[in-house]
Amino acid sequence: MHVSVTVNGGRHDDEVEPRLLLVHYLREVRGLTATNIGCDTSSCGACTVLLDGESVKSCTVLAVQADGSTITTVEGLAPGAPEAAELHPVQQAFRENHGLQCGYCTPGMVMAAVSLLRENGAPTEAEVREGLDGNLCRCTGYHNIVKAVLAASRMPGATEVPA
Amino acid sequence: MIPAPFEYVRASSVDEAVALLGEHGDDAKLLAGGHSLLPLMKLRLATPAVLVDIGRLRDLSYVEERHDHVAVGGLTRHRDLESSPVLAQHVPLLAAAAHSIGDPQVRHRGTIGGSLAHGDPASDVPAVLLATRATVVARGPDGERAIAADDFFEGFLETALRPDEVLTEVRIPKLTGVPWSFQKFTRRAQDWAIVGVALVRNGSSGVGLVNMGSRPLRAVAVEDALASGASVGEAAALAAEGADPPADLHAAPEYRAHLARVLVRRALEEATAR
Repeated sequence: MHVSVTVNGGRHDDEVEPRLLLVHYLREVRGLTATNIGCDTSSCGACTVLLDGESVKSCTVLAVQADGSTITTVEGLAPGAPEAAELHPVQQAFRENHGLQCGYCTPGMVMAAVSLLRENGAPTEAEVREGLDGNLCRCTGYHNIVKAVLAASRMPGATEVPA
Repeated sequence: MIPAPFEYVRASSVDEAVALLGEHGDDAKLLAGGHSLLPLMKLRLATPAVLVDIGRLRDLSYVEERHDHVAVGGLTRHRDLESSPVLAQHVPLLAAAAHSIGDPQVRHRGTIGGSLAHGDPASDVPAVLLATRATVVARGPDGERAIAADDFFEGFLETALRPDEVLTEVRIPKLTGVPWSFQKFTRRAQDWAIVGVALVRNGSSGVGLVNMGSRPLRAVAVEDALASGASVGEAAALAAEGADPPADLHAAPEYRAHLARVLVRRALEEATAR
């Protein structure tokens, strides 16, 4: 089955098996391994990417369902990525607020946070906690993750995603 | 986890989807958002030979006010239900139930039609349809038919939909200004309800129960008690009458029955306060 997708700004045409999951397409066909596979049962959110600007769990989307869509992974989030050294405001806020420990959940957390801020630019703390309820952190780092997302909501460009 | 191999076909209209279902029979499954079906396929609990993808039929995604009811297209995503101004005004119960489903990522993909066609008694939206006396519209080779919510859920993961029908629309009576409540008890934020309650408190109150039997149920004893003037406490005490709550790792049937009584009482109290 032919799929034509835009991933992190680049257009790609690939032949895939219909049962190929989007996360496997990103990691194994496109070589974008920042998107992690955690639970593989649409619970943990480690595999969260943006599909046409909205967060989805890429372990529960078929690559063929994404045909014609625009996908953003954490590798493509920062302005000028992947060459630029600059961080996206949400990444910057995670760094400044120590919003991670082991880092396994972080790519998914960052993408879920960007999607959350695109839907609600000035969330309350409760709205951030609820908006991230699809992402699990087993280092119990939620406190600083929430702080980071609140900090990002006050930074310019936090909702911007490179085309 | 990787699904078993299947043939993938994309339908460009409802009629084409119906024709494809007719052609492939029981071997085919419809794919909408995929958030009920794909997890089952990954676990190989479902191994359809053909997937008919209707996810691109954007004309089946809408929330419209029509005379005495609100019409919701079968492919409307939970995200679009929770943020719909039409539902906020006329059926806020459905918007609240949609908001409680899964997590944002799930709500960005999952659709009302997919959730209903899956027929899971642990899902939230079926209880809303039962409480509001909604109607489900299905299109098959012989045209469209309307199915009352009471007749739609037949058993565990079984609905009145025929193998060659597509769920195209849900019609919910307008409940503008009618007191309502949605209660959902979970251990973790994104979980299915251990028990849930959808309540509308109008002339003939409607009470739908989540996860209290092999199919979504109405708490008929509660509705009858309310109709004959019972107090909140008296009505709520009847919440588990006629139910057959499942046992699983989250709860025993006795615990679910207790939860149903507590949640119906809370729902009645919240609706009264609205």
